[in-house]
Parts: sequence; structure tokens; C-alpha cells
Amino acid sequence: MTHWLIAPVVLPAMLAPFIVLAARFHIGIQRVFSVAGVAALIAIAIALAWQTGDGTILLYQLGDWAAPFGIVLVGDRLATLMVLLTAVLALFVLLYAIGSKWDERGRHFHALFQFQLMGIMGAFLTGDAFNLFVFFEVMLIASYGLMIHGGGNVRLRAGVQYVLYNLLASTLFLFALGSLYAETGTLNMADLAQRVALIGEGGTAGIRVAAVLLLLVFAIKAALVPLHFWLPSSYAEAPGPVAAFFAIMTKVGAYAIIRVYTLIFPPELDATANLFDVWLMPVALLTLALGMFGVLAARKLDRLVAFAVIGSMGMVMIPVALFTHAGLTAALYYIVHSTLVGGALFLLVDLVRYSRPHLHFTTTGPVAGTALVSGLFFVAAIGMVGLPPLSGFLGKLLILDAARDHGLATVIWAVVLGTSLISLVGFARAGSTLFWKAHSVTPPEEEGDEAPKVPLPSRLTFVAVGGLLALLLAHTVFAGFAYDYLSATADQLLAPDAYLSTVLETEGKLSTPTAKDH
Amino acid sequence: MEVLVASAVGILTSAGFYLVLRLRTFPVILGMSLLTYAVNVFLFASGQLTVGSAPILRDGVAAYADPLPQALVLTAIVISFGMTAVVVMIALGSYLGADDDFVDDLANPADAPSDAEERP
Repeated sequence: MTHWLIAPVVLPAMLAPFIVLAARFHIGIQRVFSVAGVAALIAIAIALAWQTGDGTILLYQLGDWAAPFGIVLVGDRLATLMVLLTAVLALFVLLYAIGSKWDERGRHFHALFQFQLMGIMGAFLTGDAFNLFVFFEVMLIASYGLMIHGGGNVRLRAGVQYVLYNLLASTLFLFALGSLYAETGTLNMADLAQRVALIGEGGTAGIRVAAVLLLLVFAIKAALVPLHFWLPSSYAEAPGPVAAFFAIMTKVGAYAIIRVYTLIFPPELDATANLFDVWLMPVALLTLALGMFGVLAARKLDRLVAFAVIGSMGMVMIPVALFTHAGLTAALYYIVHSTLVGGALFLLVDLVRYSRPHLHFTTTGPVAGTALVSGLFFVAAIGMVGLPPLSGFLGKLLILDAARDHGLATVIWAVVLGTSLISLVGFARAGSTLFWKAHSVTPPEEEGDEAPKVPLPSRLTFVAVGGLLALLLAHTVFAGFAYDYLSATADQLLAPDAYLSTVLETEGKLSTPTAKDH
Repeated sequence: MEVLVASAVGILTSAGFYLVLRLRTFPVILGMSLLTYAVNVFLFASGQLTVGSAPILRDGVAAYADPLPQALVLTAIVISFGMTAVVVMIALGSYLGADDDFVDDLANPADAPSDAEERP
């Protein structure tokens, strides 16, 4: 058993207190350690993804206790892919935060950032449902700090809403875990999978409640429609780089849904058979529609991007709700795409805000550095809307293709295509009002009064945004490779026997006596 | 005993939800605390309710209490305690800054001076 699997959790967990304790007054040292830590995380994540690339499932037993008794970390293809995605997004967000000096506007940005990384990595890697709750809380409590980083009344107000909403979600999560434990007597995911399958025809009431409660909790995290209220104002009011990093947080909800409902409550299980067709699919369609209508209705750029993120979560959940091999592949492809493009868009919102008095869609005179910002916004908007050259288009194509044989195929096609048009109109209006029409307004007469005082954003910020968009391009160009990889990931998810046997049959302290006797 | 514990969880939950829906920070935080109490009791009950049984293996004992929910509850208590402290601080900051303690958005967000403030 190697210890590398726990490194993505331990490294930020060690780095964060070090930054707080040893480097709290030296922003330069904080930056060096933070970036170095994230770079090391990327290296570790690539190594882990490489190891799991051939279908191996990595297992780490904490304290060497065998599976149902001890806590395990499990690295399969999906988990390591998400770890890698998080680490890469974190690097660019961090570069942006440094370049835009956001990290200097309050204290402990880097420490909180590392703690949040720890929570997200742990949530992806854990193989224990209660541990998932704990890592969710680690992730959230760091995000509370990041969300209100820099202060300001409106941000604090949005922060209160965000914290309270997530506290309610945590309470619900505990209720779900309690009923899960009461029904099965275990919280290890692999053990749960086996025991839930054994529950007889008559006794499914409790487990149904648990399954629906869990789905509710993850739907709150993924901002699915009736439960999405926390997202627009928190993402819009959070500091730019923080909002960009939050792009991965909704994906944690999507990941948890995929993980729990392929492993513990697979679609062929009688108790929870209708959960996807009856509940998840309509909710996903609604989320997509509402998100994109929000894009059209938004009066400020930050809200517009927040609603686009909601819509993209709907787009992710549609193929997940199909629960076929093609559907999961399409969902994973779109998750990678929407994380990168969502991050880039939030960073761009911050760049746009940088040199403007406000973000409302009213035409103001041209500002310095607009050409590059608007060009990048154009590319990112194409990605988010899903127009041909970029991976959003391929993702939507995969989703439409996966939905072809589904009973609701016409509805799905209509919603996906219709919302694409709506979001196209929304983004086009935003871009043309903010950038295009700027030259139709006569610039202020007194030169050198207001505008030239704002210096250009530093080059590092453009490197960060450009890097994310370059990755988006790579995700498009190497779509064939990505598709094969994600298709194999979906295979692994739909055949969880290897996962179960790795987790439950690896020996450790307190292994089942039968395993030792032989 | 089951009826007592179940009704305690139910009453705590409903009272908690009622307070959460009041939309002023102080009642909402109290409501959150009630909800956490409810969920803690609920977690206790998830390991079967027994009185006076041994928690760990011992000779000559037939009935055992499940020790795991107690560990879960302990974790949940610690986390919710920390979270409550955080939310109190943030709510206090928001109250002192905005001079009202409503949880929902300002009546007219257009008036909010957010963007002007956030300029570097």
C-alpha cells in the first residue's frame, strides 16, 4: 500500500497551517508556497490518474484498518480525474488571484484556499459516506472565509445567505446519513452497496427516504432548480477568483450524485428505480431552462455568468439522469468543459469589473485594455453557449446523441437546443452592450481625468484566463482521447464489482475472519 | 422511549424550520441550532435505542449499544458548533455593515453600492 493516494489531502492540509503560522505577514512567501503546493498537487494528480488509467483502483486504508471498520480513500478513474481537474483549475485561479492582487485585500487568502483544496480533494477521494460529510464541511467552512474575503456590505449579506443555506444542507445531509445508517448499519460506500442490494422487497421505505434525502443534499450542492437559490448572489458577490474556484464546487455535487447513484443505488435497484426518470430528469431540464432564461434576464454580467453556471449544471445532470454508458460519458465530458469555461468566465467578469464603475448592461465609453478582455470574453462565451469550434459544442452533441433512445428524447432535444439559442442571445447581448457599443458613446471630454488612472490589469491575470481557455481548446482538439478515457471511466462506474472487491477484500487490521483463516 | 425521542426530534425540527423561515439573522441562527440538536438526537437514535447496554465487547453481556452513532454525533456536534460560531460572526458583520438583520436580499439591489466599493 503506497501513501500517495492521501497526498492530495495531506499536502494542502499541512501547507495551510504552515502558511498561517509561519508566513502570515509575508504575502510573497505565502504566494510562493501556495503556488508550489498547487503545482505539486498537479504532479501528484497526474501520477494518480496515470496509475488508475489502466483500470486499477487505488485503495488507502487509514491506520491500516480493513474496510467496513476503518475509513478508506479510494482512487478510481473518476476520482483521480476530478482531483486532476481541481488541481489544474486551482493553479490558474491562484495565478489570477496573485496577478490581480485579490489575495492582498484580506487576510489568509492562501491558507483558506489550501483548506478548501483539502476539502474538495477529500470529497473526491473518500470511500466513506460520513467522511464525505466531513470533507464537505471542510470545503464549506473554508469557502465561507473565501466568499467574504475582502469584505463589503453586499458581500457579507450574500455570505450570510450562502452560509445559512449550506448549514441547512449539512443538517439535511446528517439526517440522510442517520437514516442510511439506521437502515444498513454501515457508512462505508462499498459495504453500503452490498447491503442495500440485500434489502428485501418489503423493507424499502427507510432506504428510499435515505436515497431521496441524499439526492436532495447533492442537488443543493449542484444547484439544481428548486434548490439553486444560494448560487446566483453568492457567486456574483464572491471575489472573482473565488467565484472561479467555486466552479468546481457545484461539480462536487454532480460527482457525489454520480458516485452514490452508480455505486450504492444503481438504477437496476428496485427500491430507487424511478428516482432518475421521475425526479432527476425533469429537474435537470428545468435547471437548464431556468439557468439560461436567467442568462437572458440578467441585468449584470456577474449574475449572467452565475445563471450560466446553473444552466450548465442542468446540462450536466441531463445525461447523468439518462444513466446509460453514453450518458455518463457525455456528462463527464461536459463536467470537465463547464468547470474550465465557468472558471474562465468568472475570472473574465473580474477583469471586466476591474476597469469599469459597474457591471450593469449599460453602455459606457471604451476603457483601456478592452480589446484583449473582450476577445477572451468572446471565446469563453462561445465555449459556454456551445457554439461549434469549442468543446461545449462537442459536449452538447454527445448529450443529444446519448438522449436519442430515451423516452423523453424530443423534450430533451427541444430544451437543449432551445436553451442554447436563448443563452446565445443572452451572451451576445451582454458582449455587444459592454464591449461592442462602447465606441458609439463619446468618451468623456476631460482626458486624463478618470479612465487613464486605472492601470492595465497585470499580465499574470491574462495568463491565467488564457491558460484556462487554452485547456478548453485542448479539451476540444484532443476530444477523441478524452472521449476514450471518459468512456472507460463510465465503464468502470457502471461495473462497480472491481471497486467493491478492492475496497472490501483488501486485507488490513480487523479483516473478516474468513479472509484470514484461509 | 421511541415515541419520546421521535416526538422530540419532530418538535425540534419543526420549531427549527419555523425559526429559519423568519428571515432575520437571530431567529434563523437559533433555528439552525435547534435543527442541529434535532439531527444529533436523530443520529443517536439511528443506532437503535437501548438503555444501560454495554458499548464495547465484554464477557457475559448479551445486549450491546451501537457505539458508532455516538462517534458520529460527536463529530456532528463539533462541526455544527464551529459552523454556528462562523455564521454568528458573519451575520454580526453583515448587521453592523448594513444596519439591518434581514437575511434576504436588499429590496432594490440596484441601489447597492457593491461595484463601486470593489474597485481596486
